[in-house]
Amino acid sequence: MSYPSAPAMVRLPLWRARFVLGALIAAFALLVGRSFYLQAVNTSFLQMKGESRYSRVIDVPATRGRILDRNGEALAISTPVKSVWAIPEDVSAEPGQFARLAKLLVMDESELQKKLAGAERDFLYLKRQIPPEIADQVAALGIPGIYQNREYRRYYPGGEVMTHLVGFTGVEDSGQEGIELAFQKALTGSAGSRRVIKDRLGRIVEDGGSIRVAQDGRDLTLALDGKIQSLAFIALKAAVEQHRAKAGAIIVLDARSGELLALANLPSYNPNNRGRLSGAQLRNRAMTDSFEPGSTLKPFTVAAALELGKVTPSTLVQTSPGRLTIANYTIHDAHPAGTLTVAQVIQKSSNVGAAKLALALPREDMWALFHELGFGLPPAIGFPGEATGRLRAWKRWRPIEQATMAYGHGISVSLVQLARAYTVFARDGELLPLSLLKVDRPVVGKRVISAATARAVREMLELAVQPGGTAPRARIMGYRVGGKTGTAHKQENRSYAAHKYLSAFVGLAPVSDPRLVIAVMIDEPSAGQYYGGAVAAPVFAWVMQGALRRLGVPPDAPMQPVELPGEGDEAKEST
Amino acid sequence: MAKLNLVLLAVLLACALGLVTSQHHARKGFSELERELARSRELDVEYGQLQLEASTWGLHARVERVAGASLGMRAPDPRRVRVVERKADR
Repeated sequence: MSYPSAPAMVRLPLWRARFVLGALIAAFALLVGRSFYLQAVNTSFLQMKGESRYSRVIDVPATRGRILDRNGEALAISTPVKSVWAIPEDVSAEPGQFARLAKLLVMDESELQKKLAGAERDFLYLKRQIPPEIADQVAALGIPGIYQNREYRRYYPGGEVMTHLVGFTGVEDSGQEGIELAFQKALTGSAGSRRVIKDRLGRIVEDGGSIRVAQDGRDLTLALDGKIQSLAFIALKAAVEQHRAKAGAIIVLDARSGELLALANLPSYNPNNRGRLSGAQLRNRAMTDSFEPGSTLKPFTVAAALELGKVTPSTLVQTSPGRLTIANYTIHDAHPAGTLTVAQVIQKSSNVGAAKLALALPREDMWALFHELGFGLPPAIGFPGEATGRLRAWKRWRPIEQATMAYGHGISVSLVQLARAYTVFARDGELLPLSLLKVDRPVVGKRVISAATARAVREMLELAVQPGGTAPRARIMGYRVGGKTGTAHKQENRSYAAHKYLSAFVGLAPVSDPRLVIAVMIDEPSAGQYYGGAVAAPVFAWVMQGALRRLGVPPDAPMQPVELPGEGDEAKEST
Repeated sequence: MAKLNLVLLAVLLACALGLVTSQHHARKGFSELERELARSRELDVEYGQLQLEASTWGLHARVERVAGASLGMRAPDPRRVRVVERKADR
């Protein structure tokens, strides 16, 4: 090997340098191309892949709105509970653990085993809706294949007292009855979801923005007054038990705003524990049942006669001999009373008198008033299953039908329709729209009869509770009260049952400036008494007294104890 | 020239470190926010449960029973009640 003694200028061939340069440029171009491909062409796919490594979509649950009474007392609240579920294939536990699990879930161990073995599904609820504390203990057992998820359960602190109005929800948080069903849309929120970035420990470190905003359900404030409701329920229960009745219902309305302050039905049930429910317990009689209102309808017949100028309150009506025969059908007065004024027809509740008044009216006008009062129309409160009742078209009324309708037969209404119709007398001729929710604006009614007629009938209603009327037991101390009894034979298989009655009382107070309308209905009282004045009126008096005091309504009568009538002192009504 | 480059390098480094710390702070702040939000949800749940409890204890029937039976209270006779009307009303 020998080197040139002097470094000679070795000229490398030019192509070599060019080759290297070209290679570098090519490599660079390759890189640019690749990065262009990744950044511009394939970017969305790669970003998606990348995100799926660290970003997660999580659900944001929405809670169902609360239901509150007018004073903010809770009537229905959702609170989280746990449901325990299993993937049967994955479950493996020592026998001891099974026993403890079964005990925590309040199940039989063998039953639990069977449930797990028999299931071919890969998902099985072991127990739904258990309290979170128990769920924590279940989790602490650490049995593989057993999981939990969070659900909401609805609690009703008011129990059987409030249940017919408030209703209840099913397991899937959907309303099934009452307000829960009527306001389902407002109460349920919509669950949302959002994208987040989690670190390797699963902590959320960055918010990637929400995909759908979770919307919690709206809280509802009802018109219901918890205390009046409770009072009404207790009074109704006492009456139903005392008279051994099949059922009962009561409604309390605010005569100024049309708000439904209380609504109770018996028999009732506890919505927190709905093991075995019968249809009778579930039935909201006040809203969904229609019945023949009997004499409680007479004031409207009289109002129609007054309104058309046919009579004045002091016009005489001949009711003797207590019978009126129209086309082979005879209308009876149980206690014939001779010649009565129009006011006394209401006071003594004479069927013959009411029928005679009705027969003097054009069918069309009588129908028009009943129609205006909302009979035969849905009450439009928005309550599920509200009854419309039945008012037949006037063109097909025969005279006998018009006569019986005058005292509330051959027509059917629900208790809530009846109570609402009485707001006409309380509000000087205006019919109020009813509201389940609290109302804070003044309410405009619809004028149905003149103020003079309404006041005249109101005075007659007051006469009916005076001694000599049909319901002296409806009076209360310190307030002027007015109201009308009703005792209707119940219909069975298209004819009237002999000893089955429906006793009712609808009234208002204080007469000088009515604040409340209360309607009471007792179905089949079977302890001897059945007249509305004896069965339903005392319930009215009790609830009215308590509710007026609760609302702080100033008395409009002297504070003197009310003398209750002895046996036979009160006028017996005919129907 | 080299001096300027050094200065720029130092600024760049400072910026980079600043970015890292502020990102760290942001994440810490965010996780704190999350924690507080979770706490607020928990408190909301607890509020609901307390409301339930309050309603259950405050049931009218129960209040009546306790007042009557164990405290010996009763509603006053209506004759001894005077309702005072506010002038501003109506």
